[in-house]
Amino acid sequence: MKRALLDDLLAAQANGDPVAMVTRLPTGGQALVGLAGAQGDLRLDDDALAAVRVAIAADRSTTLQAAAGRLFVHVFNPPLRLIVVGAVHIAEPLSRMAALADFGVTIVDPRRAFTVRRPFEDLGVLEEWPDEALETMGLDHRTAVVSLAHDPKIDDPALAVALRSPAFYIGALGSRKTHAARLLRLRRAGFGDADLDRVHGPVGLAIGALSPAEIAISIMAEVTQVRRQGAKERA
Amino acid sequence: MTDTDSILATVAEWRRGGKDVALATVVSTWGSSPRPVGSQLAVNETGTFVGSVSGGCIEGAVIQEALDVMSSGAPRLLDFGITNEQAWDVGLTCGGKVQVFVEPVE
Repeated sequence: MKRALLDDLLAAQANGDPVAMVTRLPTGGQALVGLAGAQGDLRLDDDALAAVRVAIAADRSTTLQAAAGRLFVHVFNPPLRLIVVGAVHIAEPLSRMAALADFGVTIVDPRRAFTVRRPFEDLGVLEEWPDEALETMGLDHRTAVVSLAHDPKIDDPALAVALRSPAFYIGALGSRKTHAARLLRLRRAGFGDADLDRVHGPVGLAIGALSPAEIAISIMAEVTQVRRQGAKERA
Repeated sequence: MTDTDSILATVAEWRRGGKDVALATVVSTWGSSPRPVGSQLAVNETGTFVGSVSGGCIEGAVIQEALDVMSSGAPRLLDFGITNEQAWDVGLTCGGKVQVFVEPVE
């Protein structure tokens, strides 16, 4: 790998630009391919560039056959993000587990009484109303949003912003009864069936989780399932 | 910062410090394999390494190849797996196969 190409790759990562390092196997010519252009000593035709961009969109590093030979496409996407709404007990293990799974995590809660408590002082909480905070953050297709606040004043506006975004996962903590009431409120706010189907609730896979850490495991399991296998038909 | 980010940042830091560096990347896997495609391991001239390309079973062999790549300057494509005698020697205990590309960092 040429130093210049490594520096460009690191700069793209610092900027949050999705790119792929494409290497011809086994001789090692390389190109750094972004959404707009490509650079490096490996020349790729339009078909190869299109295939590389498909791999970037799918977030999957792979090998492929092209006119230039056998290519290894190493995808470098910006980190996935998890936005946790509500600095409640479950937010702590959920944030830590998500960080281990390479998510950039932001906890949002406007309630000072919640956020001043340890461990949230250490984790760093955005002390803002979630609708404003989420609008500012700009949710994309690599963002997951989980609302845990158990307070419609905080959860509902966050879910509304998430539903108007391409976020790949939206989950809301609460019993089936709480969730039904929530969906009714969102429907009254103008969201239709296709929107409401995007909200995973009760949040997480049904694994009998009881403790905060177990609930965090069930949430991360569902987020992982949706990320790796796509949204499934749910009962 | 993800695992892969920090490995490449370390590579850049080593190069800035004037050290020779080789980078090993898992380019394909078959069967069960402990590290996914794209996993990386970087080695410098002193044999210090960061990252991983397996559950630990082929790291020793990859590091040796990386040191050779540093001195020759030519990249190598390595196969490890149950069909490869070397894999038996180094013991890819997971029973899968992996292909690892090792390249010098200029």
